[in-house]
Amino acid sequence: MPGGSQGEGRAGGLASAEGLAGLRACVHCGICLPQCPTYRVLGEEMDSPRGRLYLMRAVAEGRLDITDGYTRHLDLCLGCRACETACPAGVPFGRLLETARGDMERRRGRGRPGLRGLLLALFPHPDRVGALLALARLYRQVGLQRLVRARGWLARAPGLAAMDVLLDRLPAAVPVPEYLPGREPVRGRVGLLAGCVQRHLYPDVNRDTARLLSLAGWDVVTQARQGCCGALDLHAGRLGTFRRRARALTAAFPRDLDWVVTNAAGCGSAMREYGHWLPDGEAAALAGRTRDVSELLADADLPLRPLPLTVTYHDACHLAHGQRVRAEPRAMLRRIPGLRLVELADSDLCCGSAGIYNILEPEMAGRLAEMKVESIVETGATAVATGNPGCLMQIAAGLRRRGSAVEVVHPVTLLARAAGVGEP
Amino acid sequence: MALSAQVVSALAAIVGETGIVVSPEGRMTYECDMHTFYKGAPDVVVLPTSAEQVEAIVGVCRAHRVPIVPRGSGTGLIGGAMAPAGGVMVSMTRMNAILEIDLASRCATVQPGLINLWLTRAVAGRGWFFAPDPSSQMVSSIGGNVSTNAGGPHCLKYGITTNHVLGLEIVTGRGERLRLGGKAPDPPGYDLVGTAVGAEGTFGLVTAVTVRLLHAPEAVKTVLAAFRSVVEASQTVSAIIAAGMIPAALEMLDAAMIGAINAGTGAGYPADAGAVLLIELDGPRAEVEAQGVRAAALCREHGALSVSVARDEAERALLWKGRKEAAGAVGRLTAAYLLQDAVVPRSKLPDIMREMAAIGERQGLLIANVFHAGDGNLHPIICYDDRDPAQLARAKEANESLLRACIALGGSVTGEHGVGVDKAKNLPLQYGEADLNFMYRLRGVFDPRGLMNPGKLLPSHPACGEGFRPARPVLPEGAWV
Ligand code: SF4
Ligand code: SF4
Repeated sequence: MPGGSQGEGRAGGLASAEGLAGLRACVHCGICLPQCPTYRVLGEEMDSPRGRLYLMRAVAEGRLDITDGYTRHLDLCLGCRACETACPAGVPFGRLLETARGDMERRRGRGRPGLRGLLLALFPHPDRVGALLALARLYRQVGLQRLVRARGWLARAPGLAAMDVLLDRLPAAVPVPEYLPGREPVRGRVGLLAGCVQRHLYPDVNRDTARLLSLAGWDVVTQARQGCCGALDLHAGRLGTFRRRARALTAAFPRDLDWVVTNAAGCGSAMREYGHWLPDGEAAALAGRTRDVSELLADADLPLRPLPLTVTYHDACHLAHGQRVRAEPRAMLRRIPGLRLVELADSDLCCGSAGIYNILEPEMAGRLAEMKVESIVETGATAVATGNPGCLMQIAAGLRRRGSAVEVVHPVTLLARAAGVGEP
Repeated sequence: MALSAQVVSALAAIVGETGIVVSPEGRMTYECDMHTFYKGAPDVVVLPTSAEQVEAIVGVCRAHRVPIVPRGSGTGLIGGAMAPAGGVMVSMTRMNAILEIDLASRCATVQPGLINLWLTRAVAGRGWFFAPDPSSQMVSSIGGNVSTNAGGPHCLKYGITTNHVLGLEIVTGRGERLRLGGKAPDPPGYDLVGTAVGAEGTFGLVTAVTVRLLHAPEAVKTVLAAFRSVVEASQTVSAIIAAGMIPAALEMLDAAMIGAINAGTGAGYPADAGAVLLIELDGPRAEVEAQGVRAAALCREHGALSVSVARDEAERALLWKGRKEAAGAVGRLTAAYLLQDAVVPRSKLPDIMREMAAIGERQGLLIANVFHAGDGNLHPIICYDDRDPAQLARAKEANESLLRACIALGGSVTGEHGVGVDKAKNLPLQYGEADLNFMYRLRGVFDPRGLMNPGKLLPSHPACGEGFRPARPVLPEGAWV
């Protein structure tokens, strides 16, 4: 039975026929290794896709228990799925990882929640994120942040320290209308996913997305009461919770939409997986209708004026690897007159953000951010564009640490500026 | 054999706590390379970052008589990078720097863990490349390429790894750090570089490699020809070579591989062909154009269903991506397989392909093919279900029959993958007693204690160096000259 709410996806563990078939497809060729961020940093087999698959298969075949060591190597995986793109044998690494984490989660049971549990209780709730951000704003305004940083109080809590750095950007709320009619001739009707993080930390990206879609001839529906897509639960192996959220989100959107548009790669990627985890029914249909904003805007009819900028583009993992969307965001940027797009070395190597990974694994995340920032600076671009709020935060924090003035933007932001609908 | 705490802490003192792997899960992932059939986990894995650390590691192992197994990216196909006797595995993945690029001397010096393709990437912008291109080049390390004397599609024209190594730094089993060869051409004395290339870690650990760089050719043309059968394609190969052409590469794929590769990489090879040839010509533009026309004509004369030329660099890159990722795409055909590396004289290609089809049919197994047709180096992939012992037995039988067929046609047991544990037992098919004994003595010069990658390269391990006797007196009269 796929997904009862209390059994965290008991139906299909790694040892299921499907799990074993996926694991056995790996022929141990290693082609995925150089694409794996943790392998690039550590050079260790057990922190490579091939090594992780080897351990998963040992667990699935009963040769290895779910030990602390095993858990550690899977926890350190970013779930970026770069290995999946690289793999010629078609090993479905992302699903196997999520299944493995489902098995781990069952074993972890209801123990102490810890930082991870706390975050998972926070992010999938837009209201809670909003409330926390209000507190965080206060934290900065009363000068507490400066005091905490000066005293080094977070030195012994690297996870919290990472959060502290990421929270540097706390914009004021920007309303997005529930309904925005499309410019004539109207092409159809789309829904916009607001996203738990996006709506609070990058509300202007949502506003710009809606305005651009409308300009491109789409009626845009953005209901105020949408839940979470469940991506974080999926990646953490909380499959039951994930399925519940997926069903609820599906129900929140009207059924007659042509597309459901996301501008957060992580959300889009998870939604496009709905069909796998909830094969029959509405959720699968929603998965089929989900598109990244760049897919609708790359060749849309938009009035654009020149934007003389040199920009580079970072492939968000859940866009490039998760949704196989690489060309459209670039095309979207290239069509802006005067904008010069320069390629970023290793543009699809993870920046270390990966959902809540950068808070749980600050050391690895920090190394990856450094590598990413280094390549960005090398391009000589004055702005870097990327289509995921996590990447935006992570790269901005990395650039700030390096004292770089390179601007970090969502591609939509640049397109909106060129179309004259963004700010300022 | 568990290592003493003393050895482990001595190693940790050299590489630091983050440079050593002792956990059972960690060690387990090092128990095999791409040849997953042979498994042997090391007692500990160390990841040095400098030649000095490597020297110190060898010192500790010598003092405690602990076996040492080197490992690059673990993409070998012969069970070379596993630890049948346990001991210390030295992973070179953190020694992956380019130490020097000297274009005036047409060479570069790199650490052994550097990924092959990364060297070409580093110099491609200036119009240069590193020629040896094993199909694993996007992941395999130059140290591993040197140790197995790897070949690759373009070795038909450019030669194999040994033709491109100018100098080596190795820490021998005696604990000495030697510098063999160097940038200057033709160093006096014995050609120790040539001797050490292909030694598979049995002489010691490579810590730096000086390789030749070549300037990229003016023009490249990649022709894709589809045929009804592998036999027709094989006849075409012979015709092309006999016409005096030396293509940069001449590769063949059969129907089973075409399907797997198309699914795995989207390379778009003709789906209904029984075999395709990938013919690459490079050199001065006029010559390449003329050769392209001739090669296409020869294909058509031999019954090609279609002949096409890659239109641009992107199309060419995709065709090659398909070919190079073939080994991984095999995962779409089977979970387990035996892979051979035998060689036959080019003129015998049609014979061996007929024989192979017969063997596959007799054993009821799929044998897929992707190989370097230009130099007769076969890579038959014998697919079986590892959950069925009877199938494994049949696969082994097919493997054995194939190998013998190749030798009978005047071929060799291995072309480019090396020997490792997989093919050590086959060496007596090819070498006499005196030859093998001499190799043992040579190995002893570099590694008197027999600590360096034991169990690899040479068959069985005699108690005290000298005195190898072939396990099976199998050399058929006149089969090997
Ligand atoms: S996951 Fe794919 S690319 Fe990686 S080792 Fe396995 S088969 Fe090869
Ligand atoms: S998902 Fe990313 S981090 Fe995890 S194994 Fe694959 S490439 Fe490595």
